[in-house]
Amino acid sequence: MSDNSLRLVWVYPDLLSTYGDQGNALVVERRARQRGLDVTRIDVRSDQPVPTSGDIYLIGGGEDRPQRLAAERLRRDSGLARAAGNGAIIFSVCAGYQILGHEFINDLDQRQPGLGLLDVVSTRGEGERCVGDVLGDIDPPLGLPQLTGFENHQGITHLGPTARPFARTRLGKGNGTGDGTEGAYNDTVFGTYMHGPVLARNPQIADLLLRLALDVNALPPTDDRWYEALRSERITAAQQPA
Amino acid sequence: MAGNTEPLPPRARLAVTAGKAAAAVSRAAGRGSGSVIGGKVALRLSPDLLGRLAQHLDVILVSATNGKTTTTRLIAEALRAAGPVVSNALGANMPAGITSALAGGSDARFGVIEVDEKYLAGVARDTEPKAIALLNLSRDQLDRAAETRMLAEHWREGLSGSKAVVIANADDPLVVWAASSSPNVVWVAAGQMWKDDAWSCPSCGGVMQRPGDDWFCGECGFRRPAPSWALNGEYVLDPHGSAWPIHLQLPGRANRANAASSAAVAAVFGVPPQVALERMYQVQAVAGRYDVVQFQGRDLRLLLAKNPAGWLETFSLIDQPPTPVVLSVNARGADGTDTSWLWDVDYTRLTGHPIFVIGDRKLDLAVRLEVAHQSFQVCQNLDEAVQMAPPGRIEVIANYTAFQDLRRRVGN
Repeated sequence: MSDNSLRLVWVYPDLLSTYGDQGNALVVERRARQRGLDVTRIDVRSDQPVPTSGDIYLIGGGEDRPQRLAAERLRRDSGLARAAGNGAIIFSVCAGYQILGHEFINDLDQRQPGLGLLDVVSTRGEGERCVGDVLGDIDPPLGLPQLTGFENHQGITHLGPTARPFARTRLGKGNGTGDGTEGAYNDTVFGTYMHGPVLARNPQIADLLLRLALDVNALPPTDDRWYEALRSERITAAQQPA
Repeated sequence: MAGNTEPLPPRARLAVTAGKAAAAVSRAAGRGSGSVIGGKVALRLSPDLLGRLAQHLDVILVSATNGKTTTTRLIAEALRAAGPVVSNALGANMPAGITSALAGGSDARFGVIEVDEKYLAGVARDTEPKAIALLNLSRDQLDRAAETRMLAEHWREGLSGSKAVVIANADDPLVVWAASSSPNVVWVAAGQMWKDDAWSCPSCGGVMQRPGDDWFCGECGFRRPAPSWALNGEYVLDPHGSAWPIHLQLPGRANRANAASSAAVAAVFGVPPQVALERMYQVQAVAGRYDVVQFQGRDLRLLLAKNPAGWLETFSLIDQPPTPVVLSVNARGADGTDTSWLWDVDYTRLTGHPIFVIGDRKLDLAVRLEVAHQSFQVCQNLDEAVQMAPPGRIEVIANYTAFQDLRRRVGN
């Protein structure tokens, strides 16, 4: 973190901000400020260079054509890859998650190269879209409570040896591979299919990103009663028969 | 051509009768107005019934993400200056509901029809409209609807062979993309506050440049067409440069935009702007929207907002702080079951308003408002929210099924 200000970068809202995922940026910013941190939020449009000095980068979901355009422009720009090389924390959702992998299937039904920041490869499922509430257990080493979110995608994401599954689903499709995995992560880069937005449903994940960026083991507590009320409602609702 | 000069063939007549009977049964059973079930029965008996019913009418189609029910009503009022009108005024906007509405208007000259965005191309093919009004396109119910740009593409393909005059909003790049395949377009500068679904050029994918009210793609040259009609503050400017004041009872910029588009539609059928606008002034509320009702001795204004663009326009028309505001959000089937869109709504615009939160998804709203740094109270229901609200008229903003729940509770 530079100059006592946390630099929070929201990548390509013109292309990848269709499913309310900018809520992730709002949640991280709010929770950082509640801890007394100064936050600089930088929204980077796809005709602008991605700054390399950010502390946390957030990328959201988008439609199929914007996803292709975003991947092309991020590869050409190379700022995000350099930021990752600097050890920045990157958290991505849905289309953004696929872009961080080695490749995905684009709107023209072609295999398109991603940034290769996560050891995953995405294809497209043949069946119905995965749409609905998801419940899962986050990978135990991360020490986080249950995952709740909303998925809306047709992707199938296979994990390579250097990516760990972010969670195991109890309900919902997640990575769509049939092995119960959801999302992927390595030391600093995270990907998930969860909307909701996922950090509003799981503020402890937002705090994990802050802890990693600040390199601290703990953060001062916040009043999370509304988050907790929402979580318990959604976790209960997900388990009700539709 | 006016009126119903050729009788319907026997099977179509039977279909209309059977449809009306089914609707009557549905009404008697207390299952709504019956217009959709009636239309379904009729369409099953005579699949080309919609086209047959439309044959005898000058058909005007209205589609958009937001404002289609209100605009359909405004156009219907305006065209009554030129002849009898039949319209699906209750908002049943898919083929069955439309068929049912048209079956009820045998002596009409005009059919003013609201069409769900997904059905526009098909209904335009079946009804051979004289005019099509396209108001706006933005994100809505993404868990079940087509993607927004795909919808624009679908409109574009569906309208490319149409003989209709297309009245289209020049300020919405997705609408312009959809309409510009048509040979005969009347562009209306109707404005659009929400811009976040059109930063990417619908033609080439380039980044859209938006200096002031203008917009253009820096890469392919796709740009805002020169409008012949415009909304300018409280006035509508017609193609001759005359400015006509708008004195609607309906509130807000979005409704003035709807009136401007409606005046442009009316002009296609020879109704002058002044006559059209004066008729629109009679509209007070549309399917309960904008209605001021009495509840527990308080005045409540009922406002429907279903998606980020709708909430943005609604925030711009509510009374100033400290007017109390009740927000109600559900996520049932008709609303879309994903509430993520709440995070695309800028709730900091409610700063200074006492806020009361109800509805099935009040906890989603609570977290949203907490993160937007707003003070709010979560209430069990409308009764409790109204009891807690400080004095003054209460603005009640709700999404689709939450709005229906409200109307039921206040007896509207």
